[in-house]
Amino acid sequence: MARPVKKKAHKGGVNYSRWGYFFLLPFFITYFIFSFVPLVTTFYNAFFENYMSGLTKIGPNFVGFDNFKSIFGSDLLKYTRNTVILWLIGFIPQILISLLLAVWFTDTRLRLKYTGFFKTVIYMPNLIMAASFSMLFFALFSDNGPVNLFMIENGFFKEPFRFLAEIWGTRGLIGLMNFLMWFGNTTILLMAAIMGVDINLFEAAQIDGARSSQIFKYITIPSIKPILIYVLITSMIGGLQMFDVPQILTNGKGTPDRTSMTLIMFLNNHLFSKNYGMAGALSTLLFIITGILSLIVFKSLVGSPDKDGR
Amino acid sequence: MDNGSKSRIILKIERFLCYLFLAFLTVLSLFSFYVLIINATRAHPDIQKGFSFLPGKSMLNNLNSILKNKNLPVLHGIANSFIVSGSTALLTTYFSAMTAYAIHAYEFKLKKAAFLFIMMIMMIPNQVTTLGFISLMGKMKLMDSLIPLIVPSIAAPVVFYFMKSYMEASLPIEIVEAARIDGSGEFRTFNQIILPIIKPAMAVQGIFAFVGGWNNYFVPSLIIKSANKKTLPILIAQLRSADFLKFDMGQVYMLIAIAIVPVIFVYLCLSKFIIRGVTVGAVKG
Repeated sequence: MARPVKKKAHKGGVNYSRWGYFFLLPFFITYFIFSFVPLVTTFYNAFFENYMSGLTKIGPNFVGFDNFKSIFGSDLLKYTRNTVILWLIGFIPQILISLLLAVWFTDTRLRLKYTGFFKTVIYMPNLIMAASFSMLFFALFSDNGPVNLFMIENGFFKEPFRFLAEIWGTRGLIGLMNFLMWFGNTTILLMAAIMGVDINLFEAAQIDGARSSQIFKYITIPSIKPILIYVLITSMIGGLQMFDVPQILTNGKGTPDRTSMTLIMFLNNHLFSKNYGMAGALSTLLFIITGILSLIVFKSLVGSPDKDGR
Repeated sequence: MDNGSKSRIILKIERFLCYLFLAFLTVLSLFSFYVLIINATRAHPDIQKGFSFLPGKSMLNNLNSILKNKNLPVLHGIANSFIVSGSTALLTTYFSAMTAYAIHAYEFKLKKAAFLFIMMIMMIPNQVTTLGFISLMGKMKLMDSLIPLIVPSIAAPVVFYFMKSYMEASLPIEIVEAARIDGSGEFRTFNQIILPIIKPAMAVQGIFAFVGGWNNYFVPSLIIKSANKKTLPILIAQLRSADFLKFDMGQVYMLIAIAIVPVIFVYLCLSKFIIRGVTVGAVKG
């Protein structure tokens, strides 16, 4: 928390506090115009019927909670389920492998070389444009793309495997991309967390004859718990926002049969067709869910006393 | 065999298995980019005919044809992407530093409230405000313009938080007081004394902001309508929605490479710097 820097800020009779406000002004003006007003109008729109029927605009008419009723009556639950499944396919291998790598890279007994190189390589996909990464996978895994050609040439497949026509083919590819984009990032975060643990703890355990698995279970995991929670929740919030990868891979259709349509793709469809009532209701729901998740992060970061009050 | 050499052999085997797994992950991470670079240099018929580990001879040819493609204003796309991400990086670093400085260096009544507010809004995803954002941009006559993609980056809570953590660690308040005694005005102190001190933090956040702007797809796709204002991600999406089989695959791979390679290049030059920046803000110490 912002700790008071000095009590005698009024040195020489000059009051500097107005400069604090002055320097805050650009942030707050910009935030107010481009984020706060839009947030409030988004909520406001959720309570109005407002859409295009052909070329005629219907509304805006006040309808109370009708939009929320109809959005729950639509395929919302199916898309929520899709989003959770797609997130899990990427997140489970991501957290397991990141933990494994973070432990290896920081293990003083193993003393692996070239960790700088490996970190550089595994972090790289995180910076790649998700849209182009997805387009690349679309090209690579298309029916007569390089992957199928390679598999047929080397006798693994008899005929092309149609990844994007299969439910789990498509979902698997999306999960794989999310995994590739995020496991390096998570590894680096967890490494930093492990390196922040008091080294004496590990040494004492080693002297007492603890096995690596015991050290991992009883020392590493409990000491990095706050960061694990942070990684989990921020990844959940990120998963909720999943859009670019499935949107480009399935051309916005969530094929096959909308089994890879995510919540934000659903929102995007409503925004695109100018159904502002439904888009507003969906945004409001997403806001509430992320709000709850963020509170947990906030608690896990601010709440633990050993994080010096931050 | 005594215990020492036995455990040394076990350690060697363990190490070997680690390297084997790491090699596998390296291949998995790099494979798609390798095929991308290879196929960007091959001609359409060759790509359709079979898989290859070796580059072809059509790189310049592919580059030439994608740049001249009438349906895809690629040169405009590159320019627009540079304008958006460059300005975003400048605005976001400068103003986030300014906001962080206000909280770090001054005492005022609403300081705690302001800080708490910024922390609270940090996690709100911009997708949930997009509806209101689009309708506001419509009213402000800013639809189909690059401005809505640039100006909002002045208020970036995450960058603010990073800057503030950095200042706490490396900006003693005595410097500000010394500048005051020397008669430097507050605004000048910020621009000429503080900014140079926090340059490393600004550089890291500048890179992240640039990459973020370069890769941003959701909001631009809803704001930009006319062909010459499209950024690269929108062109990539357009490529996807066009009838794929009619396309020259050499061109497809080349356009993806154009979108990806600049970022990879910058990353490889500054990777140490960037990787160090990843952890600040989330993990302290």
